[in-house]
Amino acid sequence: MIRFESVTKQYPDGTKAVDDLSLVAPSGEITVLVGPSGCGKTTSLRMINRMIEPTSGRIWLDDRDTSTVAPAQLRRGIGYVIQHAGLFPHRTIVDNVATVPFLLGHDKREARKNALELLERVGLPQSFAQRYPAQLSGGQQQRVGVARALAADPPVMLMDEPFSAVDPVVRDQLQNEFLRLQSDLGKTIVFVTHDIDEAIKLGDNVAVLRVGGHLAQLATPAELLSTPTDPFVAGFVGRDRGYRALGFATAGEIPVTDEATVQIGSELNRARGVASDGWVLVIDESRAPLGWLCLNGVSDSALSGTVSESVLNLGGTLARQGGTLREALDASLSSPSGRGVVVDTDGTLLGTTTASQVLAMIEARAAATRNGSAELAKDAS
Amino acid sequence: MILAGSASSSPWYFWGYFMDHLHTDLGWLWDHVWLSALPVLIGLIISLPLGYLARRYRFVYPPMISITGLLYTIPSIALFVIVPPLFGLKSLNPLQVPIALTVYSVALLVRVVADGLSSVPDEVLQAATAMGFGPLRRLFSVELPIAVPVISAGLRVATVSNVSLVAVAGTIGMDNLGRLFDQGLQLSTPVPYYPPIVLGIVLCVLLATAFDLLIVSANRLATPWRRAVPAR
Repeated sequence: MIRFESVTKQYPDGTKAVDDLSLVAPSGEITVLVGPSGCGKTTSLRMINRMIEPTSGRIWLDDRDTSTVAPAQLRRGIGYVIQHAGLFPHRTIVDNVATVPFLLGHDKREARKNALELLERVGLPQSFAQRYPAQLSGGQQQRVGVARALAADPPVMLMDEPFSAVDPVVRDQLQNEFLRLQSDLGKTIVFVTHDIDEAIKLGDNVAVLRVGGHLAQLATPAELLSTPTDPFVAGFVGRDRGYRALGFATAGEIPVTDEATVQIGSELNRARGVASDGWVLVIDESRAPLGWLCLNGVSDSALSGTVSESVLNLGGTLARQGGTLREALDASLSSPSGRGVVVDTDGTLLGTTTASQVLAMIEARAAATRNGSAELAKDAS
Repeated sequence: MILAGSASSSPWYFWGYFMDHLHTDLGWLWDHVWLSALPVLIGLIISLPLGYLARRYRFVYPPMISITGLLYTIPSIALFVIVPPLFGLKSLNPLQVPIALTVYSVALLVRVVADGLSSVPDEVLQAATAMGFGPLRRLFSVELPIAVPVISAGLRVATVSNVSLVAVAGTIGMDNLGRLFDQGLQLSTPVPYYPPIVLGIVLCVLLATAFDLLIVSANRLATPWRRAVPAR
């Protein structure tokens, strides 16, 4: 657990970067500090490992007041990941990862062996070990940065915009793998970002800071979307938050209709008999959906040959049974046939659903919430 | 010295001249080697802390660079002459030239060290600090290794320019290859006599080239990471 106790950072010219900040980052969870530039989020992060000293207030790491621990010693027990990774260009990847164990005086061979395992853990082949950072892409370097922060197995990790400098596709990958890694490791993480979508995706708790270093709201992502505390937070959380909040609402049992299908590689003219409204769903041998085949305006004479991947429309997303309402709604809205494809956790086709069916579920859920809060209000009065 | 008359006065006779006075010339070559190299090494040792200060404290950089830059404008012959009284040495003391050349090396290398340290990316420094490197450890195991390419480029300039400055000290009577130019001048009356002068130039150029190759090779050995080519 990391606890800020009335922490203020004021610079000699009088500007306050952080103003009387009190918050707790619980053990084993990701706490995201998010806000516009100048809100003091990075300053707050760097005060945890004493890269910046607070003007007043205390920061506790479990039951230790960080100001009583020597900075270098404190930092060796805290993983740190930054934008652009900050790898040592003159050291090989494996030695970069083993930096902190080397500093701690651990056996070098043992440290390198662990570093190799960590490389695999963050999704890099061990063959990268003897390369230099300049030989890796930005995304790969960032993975090495994460491995380096994990090398001495610190209970606490600080991450300062670690995924901001990579392209959106790689960022999404890194975020997903980071979440998977964290579900294994259960580190206490403080994560700084300016990107509210990233905060909502990654955070167990999200602290929204406003310019001048004031804490505007500390809440779970779902709370943040549904009940922003003031106009600043509402504005910062942004548009589409009703839709995005659906990403935190489990759909329960999505009603599905059986969908007629053809298997990839079968004769095209068989698809005609199966299609409904001119669209037919194509699956593979293990009944995993591949895409939609459109037969509207295709004459019978053109229907020769077999169903191949090149003729499929891949526009539709998939909804997992047991997933979120957002997935379910998106699957039905994005499907070219208007029928959203629902799969089970193995990716096997269960059937299709429609936007109106999903909307009915959303309506029912919203009504339950409204009545619930109406009753709460009644209780309160 | 009995030199004239024994051989051709063609400029291309320099090799014969060298063989004729092998012992003396090799002695001067050796003097020239250590007079060129030692001041650069001492200058580098002095420049490391100064360059570090200039990098560490931003307000130190401009005056430090101006002052050391001005040192370089003092004519070498003047510096050779004023070093003994400044340091309480007798004239023609063997330390006179190394001290003066160390001043020039410092003048060049302070800036080089400061710029070399500035070439270390900010996020690398930040990451090193955040992982628990103390200031000294960070300097020696992160900053200086990364600054090696910039510093060795500066060392090349300092060493090569030292080779030519040492020769100037030969004209005030200090033993080194510069004595060959002095000889050539003296032997050039009444008719020009070139072999010692050409020999001096050739040996200086060869020596400078050898030093340069040495520094370039050392730099290559110290920075395998610079040759790492991005994969694919």
